[in-house]
Amino acid sequence: MAEPAKPSDSNRPTLALHVPEPKYRPGDTADFSHIDIGAAGAVPRPDEASHPSQMGDLAYSLIRVLGEDNQAQGPWYPRLAPDTLRAMLGHMAMVRAFDERMFRGQRQGKTSFYMKCTGEEATSIAPAMALASDDMVFPSYRQQGILIARGYPLLEMINQIYSNKADKLKGRQLPIMYSSREHSFFSISGNLATQCPQAVGWAMASAAKGDSRIAASWVGEGSTAEGDFHSACTFAAVYNAPVILNVVNNQWAISSFSGFAGAERTTFAARGLGYGIAALRVDGNDALACYAAAEWAANRARANHGPTLIEYFTYRAEGHSTSDDPSGYRSAQEREEWPLGDPVTRLKSHLIAIGEWDDERHAAMDLECAELVKATTKEAEKNGILGHGLHHPFHTMFEDVYEELPWHLEEQAEQAIRERITKFGTERPFG
Amino acid sequence: MSELTETVGEVTERRLNMIEAINEALDIMLERDPDVIIMGEDVGYFGGVFRATAGLQAKHGKTRVFDTPISECGIIGVAVGMGAYGLRPVPEIQFADYIYPGLDQLISEAARLRYRSAGDFIAPLTVRSPFGGGIFGGQTHSQSPEALFTHVAGLKTVIPATPHDAKGLLIAAIEDNDPVIFFEPKRIYNGPFTGFYDKPVEPWKRHPDSIVPEGYYKIPLGKARTLREGEQLTVLAYGTMVHVAEAVCTAKGVDAEILDLRTLVPLDIKAIEASVEKTGRCMIVHEATRTSGFGAELSALVTERCFYHLEAPVERVTGFDTPYPHSLEWAYFPGPVRIGEAIDKLLKD
Repeated sequence: MAEPAKPSDSNRPTLALHVPEPKYRPGDTADFSHIDIGAAGAVPRPDEASHPSQMGDLAYSLIRVLGEDNQAQGPWYPRLAPDTLRAMLGHMAMVRAFDERMFRGQRQGKTSFYMKCTGEEATSIAPAMALASDDMVFPSYRQQGILIARGYPLLEMINQIYSNKADKLKGRQLPIMYSSREHSFFSISGNLATQCPQAVGWAMASAAKGDSRIAASWVGEGSTAEGDFHSACTFAAVYNAPVILNVVNNQWAISSFSGFAGAERTTFAARGLGYGIAALRVDGNDALACYAAAEWAANRARANHGPTLIEYFTYRAEGHSTSDDPSGYRSAQEREEWPLGDPVTRLKSHLIAIGEWDDERHAAMDLECAELVKATTKEAEKNGILGHGLHHPFHTMFEDVYEELPWHLEEQAEQAIRERITKFGTERPFG
Repeated sequence: MSELTETVGEVTERRLNMIEAINEALDIMLERDPDVIIMGEDVGYFGGVFRATAGLQAKHGKTRVFDTPISECGIIGVAVGMGAYGLRPVPEIQFADYIYPGLDQLISEAARLRYRSAGDFIAPLTVRSPFGGGIFGGQTHSQSPEALFTHVAGLKTVIPATPHDAKGLLIAAIEDNDPVIFFEPKRIYNGPFTGFYDKPVEPWKRHPDSIVPEGYYKIPLGKARTLREGEQLTVLAYGTMVHVAEAVCTAKGVDAEILDLRTLVPLDIKAIEASVEKTGRCMIVHEATRTSGFGAELSALVTERCFYHLEAPVERVTGFDTPYPHSLEWAYFPGPVRIGEAIDKLLKD
């Protein structure tokens, strides 16, 4: 057993280990009045060519555009056309409807797993709209909003979630780990933060080739603890890579609050400053602020002024995934008490406040989204749901491990098919 | 860079050591394919701690050949992203012993990218790294971690044993669309080490496989080389141990058939089967630690596939299951005594 040293000739004080603890646990009354959210419009907007050291304050404040009165305010107001705002709202509503349906589908046994992004829709949709459609994104697992904003077919998303015979990823990936080169959307990994240095590498390649496209990655605040995130920051700074490193600080990494990634000491945006990377901290539930920050960073990258780290300060309104129940580790009150509200409600209220939207149209849009998702789900189900036999042929299990099938995989493929025939009398019992 | 030439009859044969051959392969690929880039710690201006990239930055420019931060995770991670862009990165990991911080990017990312994206994205990297001992490198500059990589579906593992093969295999690896781990046996960079460490070092110029053709050529991955034919037993080896095994067989006067595997994955199983079926005896030699080493895989394959041709149990000659020691390096190294004992055991009946 490890025993502490007790030197007889020393007055050294006894040390104490600090283990972070979130403020509120199940049953507690949540109170977020200690969080300084600042006022909308209060944070200055520096020139996009600014040296990171000239804009250090932006790593600690919160860029906000939409105020309590639902009006857009201050230097970060991106002045988007009403049509663009309505499109943004439409994407957010669609993601929410999609998440609802897919979550339910998992509960009904149609697939193994799902992850919602409820409350965080703005952190993927707004940046995706600020980027060019051919800028390469390296998402984490909660950025389905990017695919929706880029017009990726819902049907393909559901086929992937069901791992069915039409799944473009051939049933190999956990649900929601999409990939679409055509939509400049990198294959999602389940290993955390690995996409960060990859985005930097893509951006370095683009710069080395004299291209004009930039890259962006998304990572949760919990995963910034991974070495990959820090490698990404180092490489991004060293090579002045045209990349945006987005950190979605949704306060929770499964059951671990942001304190386990260092949030008790400083902000996640401040991570950038130590590397000499421009850093912005943004109200992640304010779609206009998210758009403005991403646009600033994209302009900076495109003009060869280098990388930006953006922290989106938001709240994970639901569980981490279908596999956890947040009522077991955090106060249910947190969601309602969250001081930055709900991103869909806030954008909707803004559009109504400027006379470009109303409750009736919103209700009709929600209904339309729900019906489209429902109809597309039915369409996808014709291709099969997980575990009901309508999968890709067994031989595909062995393909794409290498470009060409080596002898040992060919032998193993023969064995797999032999086993299916032994068990079912046919290779594809349901197909 | 010195270039040794020797006139044999009418033909002037160019002789290179392994470093020169590797440098030439990299130079040729940088020239032929504008998507090839080289990066790693000290590989740029300085040309690498073993000089494998000497002169390449000056010739091809700083955006093609450049130094990196000391971050193997970052090196492999950005290489995966570069591959997704369409480049063909050839990162150098300064010593194989340093590759571990990059393992997640290799195992979970590079190796699986084609599979998980159903061919949407690929990771055509070639990770070059000096490996193996025999240079008094201690435990952090001597390891042979090839079995960690052969265990990973989606990676190819290549280990050359001669300058001629190093050039042709490296060009093939760079052109390969799958991620390749290219381990360079650093003990034989400058000469074909025989394992008789107390004898003077032989330079490559006296070895026939230091004759390296000029220009572009490939040696296909997955094809073993029959170093010499024989009847009494089959030797399966790669890298430095090919030369050590050959020297011991010669010294003992054993009529061995020696296969230099060159590529561990994909493995040339046909060549192995044909040889073992002919000789009925098999000795596997590698420098890496024994337990779960690649020799275990080879032994299992030979036993599964050639059992009824075997006249003796398969012999594995390997490093011991300890870290690579500094002062006791030659006690660790699977040298002539250990190999000789195995040969005696194989041939005793």
